[in-house]
Amino acid sequence: MNAPPAAIGAAFAAILRRDLTLAYRHRGEIANPLVFFLIVITMVPLGVSPDPQLLATLAPGIIWVVALLSTLLALDGLFRSDFEDGSLEQLLISPQPLYLMVLAKVLAHWLVTGLPLTLMAPLLGVMLSLPAAGYLPLCLSLLLGTASLSLIGAIGAALTVALRKGGLLLSLIIMPLYAPVLIFGAGAVRSAVDGFPFAPQIAILGALLALAAVLAPLASAAALRISIDG
Amino acid sequence: MTTPVIEARGLHCERDERVLFCRLQLQIYPGDIVQVEGPNGSGKTTLLRILTTVSREFQGELCWRGEDLHRQRLDYLNHLLYLGHLPSVKKALSPRENLQWFSGMGSGHKQLPIARALEEVGLLGFEDVPCYILSAGQLRRVALARLYLTPAQIWVLDEPFTAIDKQGVAALESLLQEHARGGGSVVLTTHQNLGLAGVKRLNLMDFQPPQGYYPYSPDSAGEEPETGP
Repeated sequence: MNAPPAAIGAAFAAILRRDLTLAYRHRGEIANPLVFFLIVITMVPLGVSPDPQLLATLAPGIIWVVALLSTLLALDGLFRSDFEDGSLEQLLISPQPLYLMVLAKVLAHWLVTGLPLTLMAPLLGVMLSLPAAGYLPLCLSLLLGTASLSLIGAIGAALTVALRKGGLLLSLIIMPLYAPVLIFGAGAVRSAVDGFPFAPQIAILGALLALAAVLAPLASAAALRISIDG
Repeated sequence: MTTPVIEARGLHCERDERVLFCRLQLQIYPGDIVQVEGPNGSGKTTLLRILTTVSREFQGELCWRGEDLHRQRLDYLNHLLYLGHLPSVKKALSPRENLQWFSGMGSGHKQLPIARALEEVGLLGFEDVPCYILSAGQLRRVALARLYLTPAQIWVLDEPFTAIDKQGVAALESLLQEHARGGGSVVLTTHQNLGLAGVKRLNLMDFQPPQGYYPYSPDSAGEEPETGP
């Protein structure tokens, strides 16, 4: 007996709504990665050099690397609190496809980390004197890229959720998987700044996102079952 | 003869090279209230986690209405309600929001409006306050309110009486009895003496491995648990 589609949609919405409400109630924690992003980017001209030309060369890479590290900061909490209060068990035995439940959680996570990072990025581009041609590819690549980062990161978060100190392990597992996203994301911005078309990199980021959206929740769901079973 | 809703045959579970129980037989019929007993660490929670499909680390057969439970998993989960020993209540959310999440994830219609369920568990007036101002007993009551909302037939309750006062225990007992009378089944662990008639008891100490039974690692003899009295 399969659950009717309406029930699946309702469950998806229930999880999304709950996670967004929780994020709103813990605003301080959500602001943490954003503040980190802002602080590091502000420090770069002070620490490296205020020379606009040098900063413009560094900008695409630095913004992307810091955005990536910021998403990593928030990742550990994705399933942690649900694990600690027992809600994760309830999620695993709800009569709904775990794939969609994980997708709902990741979507909520991206809406409160990746999306604000993307929206903040142009402002930080100005601070690093990013050339005008770089803003559109910066936003597009971060929009697609941070979504992939959240999806891929969920696998690591699911694998390490039952470990008491999973933070370091999480970074080690996830970093290699983040590398392609970083390469094409920063590459898109650099191409545009250098006056080349950036569509190919954006297309690859889109493909990565499509792949991650299909496969990553499957892997996360399986990892959650293993973590809970232990 | 009716078939049992849940049947376990020869269930065997090991944790950290220690046999928690072996050759466990369990039959749960509609209308049964089964109390799982055993000292701390004897595997009560593990057994409940196996029965709820959270854990699959066991050997033996588990059937749902006569068919393999893991093949019929989705159908089984549609009829299952599990309250773990952690209340699964988010402290930043209000009792109403917590219950909305639970009923959103389950399937089937609600038996009662959420406000009525909270009234039943004595949380009238606390519907919309954040759960972190509630006491431990009140948090447990938020989780117990799910029992009034669920259409599920099988209830698996891990220490549902923890931190609940006497009146609450009496109300919960009568709720369990009512559920059983309506053809539902309850499996629970508790160290309390239930004031219910017709409770079946399952003592895990009856399913201890015989002395000198070391299935996989004969050299870990020193770590074997003592068998019960």
